Amino acid sequence: MASEPQGGLTEYIQHHLNHMTVNFSTDHFWFWNLRADSIIISFALGAIFCLWFWLFARKATSGVPSKGQALVEIIIEFVDTQVKDTFHGDRRTVTPLALSIFMWVFLMNAMDLLPVDLFGWIVQTVSGKEVAHHTYGRIVPTADINTTVGLSVAVLLIVIGHGIKAKGGFGFTKELFTAPFHAHSPVAKIVLAIPNFLLNVVETLSKPVSLAMRLFGNMYGGELVFMLIAGLMVSWISFVPGVVFNTAWAIFHILIIALQAFIFMMLTIVYIATAREHH
Amino acid sequence: MEINMTFLGQMISFAILVWFTTKFIWPQLNGAIEERQKKVADGLAAAERARAELKDADAKVASEIKQARQQSTDIIDKAQAQANAIIEKARVEATDEINRLKAQAQDEIASMAQRAREQLREQVGKLAVQGAEKIVQREIDPAAHKALLDQLAAEI
Repeated sequence: MASEPQGGLTEYIQHHLNHMTVNFSTDHFWFWNLRADSIIISFALGAIFCLWFWLFARKATSGVPSKGQALVEIIIEFVDTQVKDTFHGDRRTVTPLALSIFMWVFLMNAMDLLPVDLFGWIVQTVSGKEVAHHTYGRIVPTADINTTVGLSVAVLLIVIGHGIKAKGGFGFTKELFTAPFHAHSPVAKIVLAIPNFLLNVVETLSKPVSLAMRLFGNMYGGELVFMLIAGLMVSWISFVPGVVFNTAWAIFHILIIALQAFIFMMLTIVYIATAREHH
Repeated sequence: MEINMTFLGQMISFAILVWFTTKFIWPQLNGAIEERQKKVADGLAAAERARAELKDADAKVASEIKQARQQSTDIIDKAQAQANAIIEKARVEATDEINRLKAQAQDEIASMAQRAREQLREQVGKLAVQGAEKIVQREIDPAAHKALLDQLAAEI
């Protein structure tokens, strides 16, 4: 991925778009690349979320809550209300899933608000310029397509699991061939089976693709804009507009961060609710 | 835009995260929230009940105060009547006493007057005897004329 140094903004951005990559195979086949930055940061953020909520869950009281517990409860009730409005059934597994998605995606998105050069600056300060030039790292895990696809495929598996659980293995498979076009005569049923199946495959596959691409596109684009604005600050002439744009974009981005996390969560709930419906 | 091992790694991370949330975070916090909701609902119901009870108690207190006031009025009335009766009785007794004393005094006066009259009569008898002695110049034997003298005294 690393291209020849071209200097200026192009090089700066290309440098920033490289992942910290570890390869586990001898022939360096691209599939065996592991993006350590995405993995480590997302895992750390997940751990922070778990620790944070667990600390309050451990000493949760039904009496007067502390401010910390109240905050955690507000988040939980917010998520639970969304689930309650969309999904009518046993919420004991659905709400925790929605909560995990919302908080994890939100925290990963929020990494976008850290200064784009913070990571590089730390590496340079600790290890020197030479190391920094060869060290790549991106701090927004959701701006990595692997993260978003990983999430959306996991969600797809959960959605299919819900479908099978609600309708049974046979009912679920049968519905793949009999919906959305319903027929009453046997001949028409056979004729419609193929188009039905194709439509269902497309519909099922479009779910994770749209989920993953939406989140990835938003976060990748947002990151890119931050980098372009950072490029403005190189010159003293454009420094002040650079600061203004950076602030404006960061404030706007707070909305996108929360909104994308919310959309990912909501769509997951909607998919689960639809999967449990009978056609 | 390449899909690689990271994808699997993120899926596993996600699975762990969901498992942890489902097991250690959601049940405890949701339990606390639901329990508090129940407590608040119970508290509101209790407050409502207490308000109704207070209203009842207020009404009861008012009726009891009214009753007590009535009773006290009755007692005062009764006491006044009793006092009147006592005074009346005392008056009657006093009047009787006065009348009795008056009658006694009148009797005494009457008997004293009687006695005085008798003494007077006796002395008049004696004076009459002495006067007659002087007139007759001789002694009259009181013993011989006792019946006569007594008759004279009785006539005076």
